Amino acid sequence: MDLHFTAHEPDPEEMEAVDRLLSGLPLNGHRRQYLLPVLHAIQDRKGWISPGALNYACQRLEVPPAEAFGVADFYALFQTRPHPPVTVHVCDDIACHARGAEALCAEVRTALGPEGESRDGHATWHRSPCLGLCERAPAALVVAAGDPPRDQALAPATGGDVLSAAVGVAIPQPDLAASVPQIGQPGLKLLARVGRIDPTSLDDYRAAGGFLALRRAFEMGPAAVVREVVESKLVGRGGAAFPTGIKWQGARSAALPRYLVCNADESEPGTFKDRVLMENDPFALIEAMTIAGFATGCEKGFLYLRGEYPLALARIENALQRCRERGFLGEDILGDGVRFDIELRRGAGAYICGEETALMNSLEGRRGEPRNKPPFPTEAGLFGQPTVINNVETLVNVLPIVIEGGKAFAAIGTERSTGPKLFCVSGHVKRPGVYEAPFGITLGELIDLAGGFGGTGRIQAILLGGAAGAFVTPDHLDAPLTFEGTRAIGATLGSAVVMPFDDTVDLRQILRRIAQFFRDESCGQCVPCRVGTVRQEELLHRLATDRPLGSLAAELALLKELGQAMRDASICGLGQTASGAIESALARLPIYQEKTL
Amino acid sequence: MEETDLVILWGSNAREAHPIFFHHVLKAIHRGARLYAVDPRKTTSAQWAVPGTGHLPLYVGTDIPLANAIAREILAAGLENRSFIENATSGFEEYRRSVEPWTLERAELITGVPAEQIRELAHAYARADRAVLCWTLGITEHHNAVDNVRALINLSLLTGHVGRYGSGVCPLRGQNNVQGGGDMGALPDRLPGFQHVENDALRAKFERVWGVAIPPKGGWHLSGMFEAMEHGEMTALYVIGENPANSEADQHRTVRLLSGLETLVVQDMLLTATAELADVVLPAAAGWCESEGTVTNSERRVQRVRQALPPPPGVRDDVEILCDLARRMGHDLGNPTAEELWNELRALSPAHAGMSWTRLEAEDGLQWPCYDESHPGELYLHGRLWARPVIGPRAPFKAVEHDPPVDELTDEFPIRLTTGRHLDSYNTGVQTGLFASPMRKGGTVDLHPEDGWRLGVAEGDRVRVTSRRGSVVAPVRFDSGLRPGLAFMTLHYPDQVATNELTIDAVDPGSGTSEFKATAVRIEPVENAQLAGKQETHGSALHRPRA
Amino acid sequence: MTFQDAPDAKIPVPRGPVPVVPPPRPRRAVELTIDGQSVAVPEGATLLEAARQIGIDTPTLCFLENLTPVNVCRICVVEVEGSRTLVPACSRKAEPGMVVHTDSERVRLSRRMVLELLGSSVDLSTAPQIAGYMERYDAHPERFGPPAPPARDHERDLARPGHHPAPHNGQTATGGQPVKVDNELYVRDYSKCILCYKCVEACGTDAQNTFAIALAGRGFEARISTEYDVPLPDSACVYCGNCIGVCPTGALMFKSEFDLRQAEAWDESRQTATDTICPYCGVGCTLTVHVQDEKIVKVTSPIDHDVTNGHLCIKGRFGWEFVNRRE
Ligand SMILES: Cc1cc2nc3c(=O)[nH]c(=O)nc-3n(C[C@H](O)[C@H](O)[C@H](O)COP(=O)(O)O)c2cc1C
Ligand code: SF4
Ligand code: SF4
Ligand code: SF4
Ligand code: FES
Ligand code: FES
Repeated sequence: MDLHFTAHEPDPEEMEAVDRLLSGLPLNGHRRQYLLPVLHAIQDRKGWISPGALNYACQRLEVPPAEAFGVADFYALFQTRPHPPVTVHVCDDIACHARGAEALCAEVRTALGPEGESRDGHATWHRSPCLGLCERAPAALVVAAGDPPRDQALAPATGGDVLSAAVGVAIPQPDLAASVPQIGQPGLKLLARVGRIDPTSLDDYRAAGGFLALRRAFEMGPAAVVREVVESKLVGRGGAAFPTGIKWQGARSAALPRYLVCNADESEPGTFKDRVLMENDPFALIEAMTIAGFATGCEKGFLYLRGEYPLALARIENALQRCRERGFLGEDILGDGVRFDIELRRGAGAYICGEETALMNSLEGRRGEPRNKPPFPTEAGLFGQPTVINNVETLVNVLPIVIEGGKAFAAIGTERSTGPKLFCVSGHVKRPGVYEAPFGITLGELIDLAGGFGGTGRIQAILLGGAAGAFVTPDHLDAPLTFEGTRAIGATLGSAVVMPFDDTVDLRQILRRIAQFFRDESCGQCVPCRVGTVRQEELLHRLATDRPLGSLAAELALLKELGQAMRDASICGLGQTASGAIESALARLPIYQEKTL
Repeated sequence: MEETDLVILWGSNAREAHPIFFHHVLKAIHRGARLYAVDPRKTTSAQWAVPGTGHLPLYVGTDIPLANAIAREILAAGLENRSFIENATSGFEEYRRSVEPWTLERAELITGVPAEQIRELAHAYARADRAVLCWTLGITEHHNAVDNVRALINLSLLTGHVGRYGSGVCPLRGQNNVQGGGDMGALPDRLPGFQHVENDALRAKFERVWGVAIPPKGGWHLSGMFEAMEHGEMTALYVIGENPANSEADQHRTVRLLSGLETLVVQDMLLTATAELADVVLPAAAGWCESEGTVTNSERRVQRVRQALPPPPGVRDDVEILCDLARRMGHDLGNPTAEELWNELRALSPAHAGMSWTRLEAEDGLQWPCYDESHPGELYLHGRLWARPVIGPRAPFKAVEHDPPVDELTDEFPIRLTTGRHLDSYNTGVQTGLFASPMRKGGTVDLHPEDGWRLGVAEGDRVRVTSRRGSVVAPVRFDSGLRPGLAFMTLHYPDQVATNELTIDAVDPGSGTSEFKATAVRIEPVENAQLAGKQETHGSALHRPRA
Repeated sequence: MTFQDAPDAKIPVPRGPVPVVPPPRPRRAVELTIDGQSVAVPEGATLLEAARQIGIDTPTLCFLENLTPVNVCRICVVEVEGSRTLVPACSRKAEPGMVVHTDSERVRLSRRMVLELLGSSVDLSTAPQIAGYMERYDAHPERFGPPAPPARDHERDLARPGHHPAPHNGQTATGGQPVKVDNELYVRDYSKCILCYKCVEACGTDAQNTFAIALAGRGFEARISTEYDVPLPDSACVYCGNCIGVCPTGALMFKSEFDLRQAEAWDESRQTATDTICPYCGVGCTLTVHVQDEKIVKVTSPIDHDVTNGHLCIKGRFGWEFVNRRE
């Protein structure tokens, strides 16, 4: 290609950061896929991506600078204008909002100055969407550039902690029990090892039964593994509820090479189950991916990890390293001649990259814009090749399926929703956290498991499934938490978020924040979503500030039309679900009535 | 083009000189075709070549050794297209003997291209299912231009990459109607329809229709004319739409000869440098938008040009001027319309016979030959070579030998200067100089940064470039696409930097083209030159044409 | 100087066989039903092509025959029975047995909403085609409220992804901003940009392969930009003007047209458009020369022309100043 560059030159540090990252990588064919890692390397080192650094990255990767800039400028964690080295991301999303986010923001503002500005050139702060730490709300993430960069997630966060972390002090975090109250309970399948083993030790993992499933899978052969998964009736846990067995079967007959992708971009507000699994049982995910790769005929897997998960990043990196050293990944796994390896990629602050085709574009070094479907990833996914993509929790379920058989797995839960399930309980409950329960547990039972309603105990509404989900009321406590059960009450299981709000919460602000979330996270490709989410937020803002355009009824009618067009005409699930929770709340809850305005 | 598997651009920076043609190359590349670029410079075209090995940076003027080495390698590997050679060509044995000495190693030495790359190109070309070989002025602006072209044609015959869909040879024309001009008889030995003037039967056909006797011998080509001016054999010149005062090599000599003519008539749409020397200037309409007619592009496609706006007052159509002139000379040619003229051509040229005016309009142009109204025109030529037995004469191999550039590199003139085009400009810049291109780099001399370092000059510093014929001053620009020892200039800015004061008018006897591509020069920082007591002349005395 | 004349230049080469062009691979027919009419199209054809075949006029904005479909504007959506959402006709391939509705209530609502969303955020004053659609679908962009004042110069280019100022005073956000005039050949008025991606495609792999402009930013702040918003003369732009050629809204405009419009002298009723051939290199691109008052005001190329596919280079596109300047 005949590329053209502006006159900006990289400084030696920037060059070194890029060169270090690229050393030893095969820079041919799909070299553009390293764009995101290279941008991370620059951002991590300097705190922003300068024109000179971008030019250098583009020269090394043969990417046109305008395109690379467009990629960098897509992600919230990348700064494309001069920026202080330390950035504090303070969550002001719904779970945190219910638990003091605004007070935290005020403290941080006092300490660091107005949002986006910097008193000393050393640190600044920005508001952030959900950081996936909702069980310990309010949350903040401190990102400090340097060599090495130091990132710390703080939850619950205080203004003082944030300030200390910003100058490099390590802040101790609460015990794991604060996130996984069920630790050590018998009968757990997905959380069995969580909190019981050292997540950095391969030996501990093996001592707790690790890699037995892989050995078993190799004995069964790929076709038999897929058969068991089909029989288990396992359904994807990432939100779209697609049968995993059917996906795998489809892939087995597709062209080569094929790729396996683990979707660990968990960014749905209120969702943190995948983080807990990856932080505390990382080897299980690697074992499960290896089985999936073996079963579907993929020799290469990608693990796309949310950029805001520093601890999960460290744990997975370590686990990958250990597995490669000991032959659990690589050219000849377990001496069985099976070849499989995993590349870890970090997202960079974009909810949309959890959408499977956006994720693939992101992996390819492009903007995280979803692709139109069809074709589906199993036909044409990553690099245009057939691709199997699954959520973290989905994959981890494969371990019990292989060990105990698909039939046994299918016996758990209900007819249509089989197996164990992780629920992300946050907001106003007594003991927030990740809970494992078989499908079919009712909403009320799950709340009880979490110690019952918290806050004032007077619950106005419960958000199910995340921002892309729906609001229900305490009248729905008997509803079984299954795919079909939630559908029956006009909701969705989504990513299994359960978030009650007590009567101190201003639901108008919650709805407005949800609308803001979709506006901020829309990739901007398609008109219904790009502009529709803006108009939706504006409309809710008008309502929340008591200045409707015309009558309330006219505003609600307009909102409905907007919702329908977004649902019908948007390219991807983001636009299609952007009005769901809002519409459900307005339909069910007495938030706006003619007299309140 | 888009459906070929391999493209060789030989001495052609199509990315900048033929941008829309290059779009089609890019389509092929995106489809998976491989591009090889043979060029002393790593041009913007060459940057699209197969990574690592697709750019063959040969020394200027070593095209024949490279082509011959490719041929030898193809033969040595047994990759030649035997049956095509046997069926459709002649002179193969002699050709085989002539390339025999060109081993990869020897070629590497002479051309500077690593043997491995020559080998790769040879194998890729010979093995490709479909392959196109294109060239431009990098091949033809040499003193041995015809031999250069023959060397490439030999390769296409050797591999049979000619006369089939997706395979062929493709000289890219520099001007919108060079092809058409030649087709219409604007060649010293041709009548319209590419029919040879020395063929009695053909000439008689024209004489019958035109009612005049046509001189039975070919005339002078351009360089021949200058030769004739030098010897006083030619004293009058009628120039239509050319600007030799800027465009010819060795500008000092050109201007001297033009000024020495008894009569110089220039018919042009702009007051060019040549027109400023003329005795009579006939202001002509801009053919492409102020009059009706046809042009023929590089694909031999005859296309309609149409009048979009009237010429300014006092400016007339070329045909009108010529007919008027004829009338004054005592021949009434009437006032033919473009269509009537075209129909006359159709009657005389079998290759154009099928292209009715209506068809040209309706079918967006037609590619010759197009023998009758039911003939579709020919997407590619030479299909006859694949007929068994071959239709018409066999295509001859022609052994060609290396003949280094005339302007030798010596200690006094150690740097090789070559010339080319910028994307936004065109030839002598008469037309393109008038729009405000934000990209215009201006007249510079481009050097490899290493040469700049050796000379102790930075970008933007002015240097004096001196050849055996002249000397100009120009600012330096660095281009790491060049090789050390190779300098590059364009002809676009004659009044800023009169590049053609440097170039040599060593002329190819076959085509009459000058060796613009290979000049020996010396480059010095300007201070030194001034110290040496020379005055800084800023380009030539000739002005940019006024509008 | 080809080897046509090599054997004996004086004797014309005999007539050869007519060239054979390999026939396109035969495509199976796909039968489907559109608005109650059954139609057969070759495999691989889109719903848009199928609808056109039976004379159904489907609005499009981001679709152009010479570009890869990006299906982002969503104006062309149609209803396919059995599909949860509407589908974009411009890129969705026809499948056997599909039952398609192109004018159902759902379709009309989404099309109208797309037009209203665009109309409320973009200056469509030089996009007559969209005005026609507005009428057809009875779109009322003003329903969303009064527009906010335009952004300051480069303000939108500095937006951070994932962040935006809170809505203000009940006003609706727009893409309003000053025109970018940074060279003498064409201007970029992104207040008029509907983000159809066509210019990016034309600058990129679909034609020019220069990649001077790309999408930057995200969401409503997504925009067409050079790297770091540098002016075009610092960018990779080669001024082929192919982006102008495909822009459906006049966001990208010849400086000549822009200047005439500023002077209120642009008048299409006084213009002629004539097809001729580029006077420069030997590629032979067809130029459509637009003339007003005996001056060339812009140059385009027919999109269905197989030399250019509608694309030109800087010389053909802009190299006509010399004709206007002659006296
Ligand atoms: C806007 C959007 C965001 C998504 N985010 C995630 C995510 O963070 N993690 C995830 O596993 N799936 C996410 N998905 C669902 C994926 O597109 C995909 O369905 C899933 O990764 C498939 O894996 P599964 O079948 O194992 O659930 C998201 C979908 C949309 C539309
Ligand atoms: S629905 Fe929204 S997020 Fe999805 S493609 Fe369209 S603009 Fe992007
Ligand atoms: S500038 Fe024009 S072509 Fe480019 S995206 Fe905007 S509207 Fe489309
Ligand atoms: S537009 Fe450009 S490529 Fe086309 S004929 Fe003119 S100069 Fe050549
Ligand atoms: S971490 Fe704040 S809402 Fe999830
Ligand atoms: S025309 Fe189909 S989505 Fe734009």
